[in-house]
This record gives sequence, C-alpha cells and structure tokens, in this order.
Amino acid sequence: MSAVVAPAPEVLPEVHIVPPTPRLVKVLIGLGVVALVVFGLLTPSGEDVTFQLTLGDEALALPDVTLPAKISAIVFSAIALAAAVGALFASRKAKPLWPYATGFGVFFVLGFLAWAVAGNTINLVGLLQGSLLLAVPLVFGSMSGILCERAGVINLAIEGQLLTGAFVAAVVASLTQNAYLGLIAAPLGGLFIGLLLAIFAIKYWVDQVILGVVLNVLAVGLTSFFYGRLLAPNQETWNSPPTFSPVPIPVLSDIPIIGPILFNQNIVVYLMYIVVIVINIALFRTKWGLRVRAVGEHPTAADTVGIKVNSVRFRNVLLGGLVAGLGGAFFTVASVGAFGKEMTAGKGFIALAAVIFGRWKPLGALGAALFFGFADNLQSVLSIIGTPIPSEFMLMTPYLATLLAVAGLVGKVRAPAADGIPYKKS
Amino acid sequence: MSETTTATTGTEKQPSKVRTALSGTAGITFLSIVMALVIGAFFIAFSDPTVQETTGYFFAAPLETISAAWTAVMEAYKALLTGMIFDPAKLSTEGLIGALKPLSETITMATPLILAGLSVALAFRAGLFNIGAEGQIILGAIFASYIGFAFDLPWIIHLPFAVLGAIVGGAVWGGIAGFLKAKTGAHEVITTIMLNWIAIYLVAWLLTKPAFLREGRQDPISPPVNPSAEYPTFIDDWRMHAGILVALLCAAGVAWLLDKSTLGFQFRAVGSNASAARTAGMNVSRMYLLVMLIAGGLAGLAGSAQVLGTEKSLTGGVSAGIGFDAITVALLGRANPWGVVAAGLLFGGLRAGGLNMQTQTGTPIDIVLVIQALIVLFIAAPPLVRSVFRLPETGGAGFMQTAKGWNA
Repeated sequence: MSAVVAPAPEVLPEVHIVPPTPRLVKVLIGLGVVALVVFGLLTPSGEDVTFQLTLGDEALALPDVTLPAKISAIVFSAIALAAAVGALFASRKAKPLWPYATGFGVFFVLGFLAWAVAGNTINLVGLLQGSLLLAVPLVFGSMSGILCERAGVINLAIEGQLLTGAFVAAVVASLTQNAYLGLIAAPLGGLFIGLLLAIFAIKYWVDQVILGVVLNVLAVGLTSFFYGRLLAPNQETWNSPPTFSPVPIPVLSDIPIIGPILFNQNIVVYLMYIVVIVINIALFRTKWGLRVRAVGEHPTAADTVGIKVNSVRFRNVLLGGLVAGLGGAFFTVASVGAFGKEMTAGKGFIALAAVIFGRWKPLGALGAALFFGFADNLQSVLSIIGTPIPSEFMLMTPYLATLLAVAGLVGKVRAPAADGIPYKKS
Repeated sequence: MSETTTATTGTEKQPSKVRTALSGTAGITFLSIVMALVIGAFFIAFSDPTVQETTGYFFAAPLETISAAWTAVMEAYKALLTGMIFDPAKLSTEGLIGALKPLSETITMATPLILAGLSVALAFRAGLFNIGAEGQIILGAIFASYIGFAFDLPWIIHLPFAVLGAIVGGAVWGGIAGFLKAKTGAHEVITTIMLNWIAIYLVAWLLTKPAFLREGRQDPISPPVNPSAEYPTFIDDWRMHAGILVALLCAAGVAWLLDKSTLGFQFRAVGSNASAARTAGMNVSRMYLLVMLIAGGLAGLAGSAQVLGTEKSLTGGVSAGIGFDAITVALLGRANPWGVVAAGLLFGGLRAGGLNMQTQTGTPIDIVLVIQALIVLFIAAPPLVRSVFRLPETGGAGFMQTAKGWNA
C-alpha cells in the first residue's frame, strides 16, 4: 500500500483549469459597452424621463419617479455593464450566471427606456402588464412545442394549432354566448392539428418539418375558408364571442407593482401559470417526465426498458395540440373578441423561437416568451410616444434574437437528440 | 427522382396492371390529387348556404340536400377549371385571346411558384430544407424593384440589371442561412423561418422610407418600376410575361446542374449522406453555402417575377405566401425540376382558378390552400393512399420520409 505514492495534487498549475469565457458573457459585455455608448451619447441632455409605478386604481399609490434622462441612461447602462463584468468573474469561479444575466437585462432595458422615452412618461406597470398578456399565446405555444419535441417529434405546426384553437374558441363562444365554453372547446381545435401531426409523423413517418409546414397551410386554409363562408356573413351568430375580463386575485393583486401585473389578469393568464408549473414539474420531477425525456433523447434505450416509444410520442403530440389550442383561445375569447383571418400572425413561430431560445425547458421558454412579449408591447407603447427605433425593428427582436441564439452567440443550443427522427422498431 | 413503378413479377396472384400503375409514384400523385379534391368538395358542400338550408329538412327530403350539395360542388369546381384554363363563354365575345386568358393567368401565377419551387427543390436535393423562400422572394423583390424604379436605363441594360439585383438579394438572404449552417451548424429550418419574418418587417420598414414610398401615397407601396425594367409581355391583354421563360430556363439549368454537373453531383452526395460526402473529401460546409446561395438566387428571381412582371411595384405583401406554396410545389414535384414546373402550373392554376371560383360562386379561395395541403399530406404518406384504394404495395415512393433531427 505504502509503496504507491500518489503525486501531490497541488502541483497541478491552477491557471490552466480556468474555464474559457462563455460566449454569453462576451455578448453581455459587448452589449453593455454598446448600451453605455449608444444610450449615453444619444440621449438628449436636459430632458427628464418619468416612470409611473401605478395604474392609478391601487390602494397603495406609489409616486412617479422622474429622473434626468441622460444621466440615468448612463448610470443604468453602467450598472448593466457592471453586471456583465460580474458575470465574467462568476464564470471564472464556475458560479451560476443567471443572477448577473437577469440584472444585466433589467438595467439594460431601463437604460434603453431612459433613452427611448426621454422627455416623456412611461407607465412601467402598464407596460409589464401588457407584456405578460402578449406573452400568453407564446407561452402556451412554446409549451406545446416542448411537449412534442421533448418526446422527439418536431412541432412546426404551433402556428396552425393556435389558429385552429382561436377559431374553435370564437365559434363555440359565439354560438353559446359563453366564453368559458369557448375556452373549454379551444383545445379541441389544437388537438385536430395535433392528431394529424401525430398520425402522419408517427404512423406514416412523414418528415416532420414538411408536416409542420403543410399543417400550417391546412390550418390557414380551413379557418380562412370557414371564416369567409360562415363567420364573415353571419358575424352576429358565428363570430361575436364574449370575452373574459380581468379577475383580481384578492390580497395578491394589492401588492404594489407586481400585484396588478401578475394577479389582475384574466383567467387565461392564470391557466397559463398552472400549465407552466405543471409541465415543468411533470417533465423533470415525475416518472412520466423521465419517460418522455428518455423517448426524446434515446428511444432505443427507452424501448429496451419497456417504454412504448411511439405511444408516448403520440400522447405527447396530442397533449401539445391541446395546450396550443388552449393558447389559441387567448386571441378570441381573451383579447380581440372576434376571429380574423390568419390572426395569429406569426405568433406560433415566435413560440417556436421561444422553445429554442429557452433550450427546450419550460422555464426557459417562459422567460423567452416573456421577453418576446415585452419587446412586442414595448414596440406598441413606444410607437405611441414616438421612438428613436422604428417599430419594425422592435418587431424583429424575437426572430433576430433566435437567429443569434442558434448561431451559437449565446452558447450551444442543443435539441433533444432524437427530435425529428421517427422511431422504427427493427 | 429515380423511383420507378416496378411491376411485380411473381407467381402469386398478380394485381391488375392498372392497380400496379396507380400504386407507383405517378399513380399515388394522381390519387392524392383526387382525394384532396374529394375532401375539398365536402367542405364546399357543407358550407354552402343552400345546402345548409336543405339540411334543415334532410330527413324529409334527403335527395334535395344531396342535389344541392352536388350543384354547389360542381359549380365551384367548374368555375375553378374555367378560371384555370379556358373560358368557353368568352369565346364568342372576346375571341380566343379572351377565352384563353385564364390559362395566361395560370402561367402568370405559376411563374414565381416554379422559381421558388426550384429553390426549395434544389436545397432539398442537397439535404437542406429551404423554408426561407418567402424571405428570399422579399429580398429579391426589394432589390429588383429599387433598381427598377430608381434608375433610368435602356431596356437592354435595365431589365438584366434589375433581374441580377433580384438574384443577388435572394442569394444574400439564402446565403445567410447557408453561412450560419456551414459555420455554426445552426439548423437551416430555424434560421430560414426567422429570416422570413425579419424580411417581412424589413420590407415594411423600407416602405415607410422616402426612398421607397410612392410620391403622394401614405400606404406602403413603392413607385412603379420603369417600363424599361419590366419583363416584356406577349399579348397586350394578358399579364403573362417573359418571367415564365426565365422560370423554364432555370428549370433546365437546375436539371442540368443536378444531373450533369460535378457540383450537382456533390450537392446530391451531400444530400444523401453528408458524412459519406465528407469522408470522400467533399467540402460539405462549402456545399451548404453554395446550395443556399443558388437556392436564394432562384427564390429572388421569383421576387423579380412579382415586381418586374405581375405587380410592377413593391408592397408589403409582395411574397403573397408564394414561399410557403413553393414548399408544397417542390414536394408535389418530388424535388425534380420538371416535376416542379408541372406542380407549379397546377398550383398556379389553382390560384388563378380559385380567384374565379370566389368571384363566381362565392366559394372562398382559401379552399385552394386546403386542397394543396391535403395533396402534399397524401403524397407524403403513400401507405395511406394505398390503403384507401386497396392498392398493392410496390415499395418505392419513400420520398419525404427521410427525416433528420434538429441536431443533424
């Protein structure tokens, strides 16, 4: 025993095991510098920016915050840059980066707002409340994507599922004059597309990218056809659904700032909280989730231990259809009220972007969807008060961000290993 | 593609020749179209107001419902067909030119579909999904229209210049996806989808700028392109333009490229097995970039057909869903250049005929989308079609089932 002398471990030079700086950190630092320069230089001096922190009907009224625009733009950008540098040190010590990244995001946005809103007033609570609302279909859509793709079936048909969900919700709610029945029926619309996706992908092994594209065309065709034939000529009976109004949750909705944002919303938003929490727990904390992930990562191994790969996939694709259909209800019974041709307008693809941006994780996709919803709402708010950035560029944000994400700018993005590959038992 | 109908040569009970033929590639395509039209007919019948009225007393007079449904379907499809090819009613009043106008419209609609379809098909043969034809069409249209209205040149220079601009615009947009795929491995389906939406907002933004906005107009429309940059037309009354010649030329070019050239061989090698191609010494990354550049250029040409031929100015809706229809065109044409031409003509005809159907019978043109989607669904699943018609299994037609994952 004593003959074997282990070499002293402290001989190893420490410097060589410093992990390489992650791309994300480099990107954050770069963005921080850009923010400091752009927001700092471009913000006109002598202007003030006012942030309102209440909607006006809260029990506890917070005062408006008025700041000199140029100085606050510089300060906020500098704090963001400091957070990015903090992330650099955290990465050296292999500590989690997300607190720094979050801090970076918050102050980057504040710096941006100080620049973009200079000389004006913006209601932060209203901005965030609207952002959450706009994120709802994105969140439901991305949950559908995650349910399918975690089990190994690519779902490019989210757009179509949202659209059919919106359509069915509008029709059922109009015919019954009951928004709740519309909400209950909406998942069936998504289920229809999900069923086709499941049958053709799993039974007939049709390429799933082709399928997604074709099913979107089918959904647009069917809903537009029936819209033109039934809904448009008889708006009264077929296309005048009642809508949900916000339901404040007692106590919680009285919390300053976050109360009105999170807990004074309509029932679809509350359903969204439940769906995200349930999916996240189910996927990572239950036997069911373990099986789903096994099927998506290594179907052969899953099969060997007795998991019926294609049944799991079939069920998950149907489940995904239900969830996306529920999200579709948002468009009709929770916001606009009436169905319109192609009213989802690319939201399904932003949801897909959120899946990828969130790295196939429910909470990641939630974060991405909230960010995309924020960009969307900020765009419409800024277009009212006049903005230095064209609204079209703000609308591009989700797509540009995803393009950069898949290009590896924020680290490697990896889908479930068997995503998109049909399982054929040999 | 190389799948041919293989007649079974066994001693066992042989299916009839017709059934064997129907079970082959061409037969499946034909039957898929028939099935899609039949399902489309059901939708037309069910949504027809007269049919709905008669279903109120269906059990009292079932035949009335059936005959109303039959009339609705026949009228819709008749209008579709006359809007596609030939309108005999116009023969006496407007002569042959008027009666054949539907055919010219079909070709007009088919022109960008064929070009964009070739783009998707070429990428497909190299193992890439070009979902981004929509964005590439927009970029091509932006370049072509700008050159078209901002310059004043003699025809012989102006038109080729504008067309070249369209190719460059589309190639740049396709090239971004190809570059990202080659350099970072980013999946082209995701990047092209994102690039589509970026292009949509890009053109919307450009059309708010003085450089692109038509004088005296607030709505997003560019100045009309100068006549010297327009594709020449053949007959005054028809919109059909020389873009179709470009499309046919491109089909021949792509066919030559794929079947006869070394580059095309490399494309196909990468498409059938990228690792094997890499082992054989091919530069797969370079192939990805080249394929997407060429595919983007083809889709850009589709944009030129829109702005230099059919629409004559740039609008936010210039791509008109052609990029997505192009995917169905490429699939129906089985990624074969001449197949794409045929499929483009069929779907162009459906677009043209659908408009006629909408104005004449009130059947929304959107049913055409349903029919297109169903056709592709069915040809993608030959076993389904075979089981519906109880056809013998002939193997083959395994196209579109070569799925690759996101990480491929």
